[in-house]
Amino acid sequence: MSQFEVGNLKAWYGEKQVLMDVSVTLPSQGVTAIIGPSGCGKSTFIRCLNRMHELVVGARMEGRIVLGSEDIMSPEVDPVLLRRRGGMVFQRPNPFPTMSIRQNVLSGLTLTGRLNRSTADEVLEKALGDAALWDEVKDRLDTPGGGLSGGQQQRLCIARCLAVEPDVLLMDEPCSALDPIATARIEELIAQLRERLTVVIVTHNMQQAARVSDRTAFFLMGELVELSETTVLFTQPTDQRTEDYITGRFG
Amino acid sequence: MANEHTSSEYQAELNDLRERLLLMAGRVEEMIRLSVRAVVESDSKLAEDTILLDRQVNRDELEIDDLCLVLLARRQPMGTDLRFITRSMKMVTDLERIGDLAVNICERAKDLAALEQLRPYVRIPRMATKVQEMVHETFEAFIYADSQRARIAIDMDDEVDELYHQVIRTVLEVAGGNKEVYPQTVHVQGVAKLLERIGDHATNVAEQVIFMVDGTDIRHEGKLH
Ligand SMILES: Nc1ncnc2c1ncn2[C@@H]1O[C@H](COP(=O)(O)OP(=O)(O)OP(=O)(O)O)[C@@H](O)[C@H]1O
Ligand SMILES: [Mg+2]
Repeated sequence: MSQFEVGNLKAWYGEKQVLMDVSVTLPSQGVTAIIGPSGCGKSTFIRCLNRMHELVVGARMEGRIVLGSEDIMSPEVDPVLLRRRGGMVFQRPNPFPTMSIRQNVLSGLTLTGRLNRSTADEVLEKALGDAALWDEVKDRLDTPGGGLSGGQQQRLCIARCLAVEPDVLLMDEPCSALDPIATARIEELIAQLRERLTVVIVTHNMQQAARVSDRTAFFLMGELVELSETTVLFTQPTDQRTEDYITGRFG
Repeated sequence: MANEHTSSEYQAELNDLRERLLLMAGRVEEMIRLSVRAVVESDSKLAEDTILLDRQVNRDELEIDDLCLVLLARRQPMGTDLRFITRSMKMVTDLERIGDLAVNICERAKDLAALEQLRPYVRIPRMATKVQEMVHETFEAFIYADSQRARIAIDMDDEVDELYHQVIRTVLEVAGGNKEVYPQTVHVQGVAKLLERIGDHATNVAEQVIFMVDGTDIRHEGKLH
């Protein structure tokens, strides 16, 4: 299965080191939430997991990341294919605005030449269904993705990830632009996906982390301070810095 | 709870909760003291006055409960704050029950005041002092987040139980099968039983304090399997 084993991960933007020496195992299946103050390296960490970090000019990373049995830092790994294996959902929904809903969902398969005409409709319906969007868009599949509401666009992006049948789903504040109902839909979706995917979600909303995740990681200034069962981390954290953060106290 | 909250309003609400709990605990302690004095001094007026104090304790329970609910809904507390607030909700229930038991002692005091006193009370005041001390230690433990003191309070409960058995034995000896003094015997036993139950509630509160401070749940220790 697709657990992440991260060993001594370090990351830089230019000269500035932003991940210090992170070692952690994110078990396959289940949801791991990542919390921590702004600028502590949450996005950087999650972007290292699919090697998006190195797309930033001047950025580099070092260490060991093994996904399942595959060393994803190895020179043989094609980062483009890797990113297709693991879907990523960002804070702002980023569908291809002029592409139709259908094209958006199938884009991952089209781009990698894996689209099978005869099963396309099936894949489309399944991905949109899993993303809890099918009922809302089934009559307008050929209209542009940019014409959906923010919450629908975010679910469209999730459907786009799911269409390629990824092993992992990385989400960076996926609900921060959504209202409580749209947020609840996404959380419900995460609850269903946890059975078959490894989900990593960055969130600024501690209640959301508490609701959706099995484990929670607390980052501070580029370091992983604590990774615990979510129920433990929010009631009885081990580290005083975690305690101060989750209760909203000055460090 | 070393550091202050970033939100001073939230901090003020937590401080308010703490203060109200301490006030309530103080009132309950006073009720125990006065109820037993009413017994010892055969003072039914004092018993009546003490019963009236229970109204404020009942109000305290409702107000503190409300405050906890509001804090849970508005602040969505985590970590020590979550433990503090949820334990507070349990503590007030025990405190309110202790208040009720003190009222029951006052009722016994009124009955006893109308009867001839068999002999001076020795162990009853001693029991009362012990359970008051238990309540006091427990709440000191609570303010200073000192689970060691809560454990001391729990240990005191054994002494209370021991005193209880002594009272029962003594009462039976003094009565010596004399049916005439049956009512007194029953009431004195009743007072001792009530004090013993106050000790049990104080023990519950002390366990809440330990959970709040250390995060270890010592209720039903070794009794769940
Ligand atoms: N493209 C970049 N170039 C230079 N520095 C960057 C870049 N992106 C992030 N950083 C710096 O790296 C550190 C970690 O940033 P990162 O985006 O990982 O934080 P974060 O925990 O996701 O914060 P937030 O909660 O605000 O999203 C910060 O100090 C940030 O300023
Ligand atoms: Mg970020």
